[in-house]
Amino acid sequence: MINRISEFLVGLLFGVGLIVGGMTDPGKVLAFLDLAGAWDPSLAFVMGGAILVGLVAFSIAKQRTRSFLGEAMHLPTASDIDQRLIVGSLLFGAGWGIAGFCPGPAIVSMGAGQPKAIVFVVAMIVGMGLFELAEGFRRRASAPAK
Amino acid sequence: MEIDWNHFTPWLSLGGGLLLGVAAALFILLNGRILGISGIVGGLFRPRTGDFAWRASFLLGLLSAPLLYTAVAGPLEPRIDANWAMVILAGLLVGIGTRYGAGCTSGHGVCGLSRMSPRSLVATLAFMGAGFVTVFLIRHVLA
Repeated sequence: MINRISEFLVGLLFGVGLIVGGMTDPGKVLAFLDLAGAWDPSLAFVMGGAILVGLVAFSIAKQRTRSFLGEAMHLPTASDIDQRLIVGSLLFGAGWGIAGFCPGPAIVSMGAGQPKAIVFVVAMIVGMGLFELAEGFRRRASAPAK
Repeated sequence: MEIDWNHFTPWLSLGGGLLLGVAAALFILLNGRILGISGIVGGLFRPRTGDFAWRASFLLGLLSAPLLYTAVAGPLEPRIDANWAMVILAGLLVGIGTRYGAGCTSGHGVCGLSRMSPRSLVATLAFMGAGFVTVFLIRHVLA
């Protein structure tokens, strides 16, 4: 139960951080991405502030085998830099640049009842579903015949 | 390059960033999880026992954030220029791209860079680069 409360509060805190930092305003996000226009560098400070705290947290996390609430540590193990990583990230960046929403701020804005954010999140979930379908086909195609 | 000083909010954005950092720190240190939104949502597609509740709790908190924020500080005032077709296309690209790339701004950009992961650095450079190019094309070439 304490874990569920912790996860909820972390989600709440993260959402408030996104709003305060300006990430839930697509206009501000696109002004950050618009190097050739009237550039608003604010979001670099969001990233900087987050990483400042994150560096300390993950240096502690790497030394632990259990979390402070006794959960297993789910630290990523993948280290391959491959085509999937790069092409996927390029597609994501293109989508981010078209509307100014990335996943977290879009879900927060959906919570605020913004119609375009709701449609964005639905389309994003459809996109994730298409990925799952494609992965399913790929796995079946590469599985050895019985 | 000209800077838009009127909209530049370094302190507020730094403060928001620190909150994101604290949230990511609490998530890994208390719950043992990486705070990556696309991974948390994407994982809902592969239901496994004991894997649903933590995702749902976190997402419920995320969805509740505007309620807390508006109660304290007033309404959100987003500027959304994209039309409906662009919103749908963007959502599809973000959904497919973050799953193939195994992460988004939070998972790769915040947590991955904090872990000093070369894989996340490459991903972050790729999506930021693509974001810069896309906005340049839309605002300065196609417009």
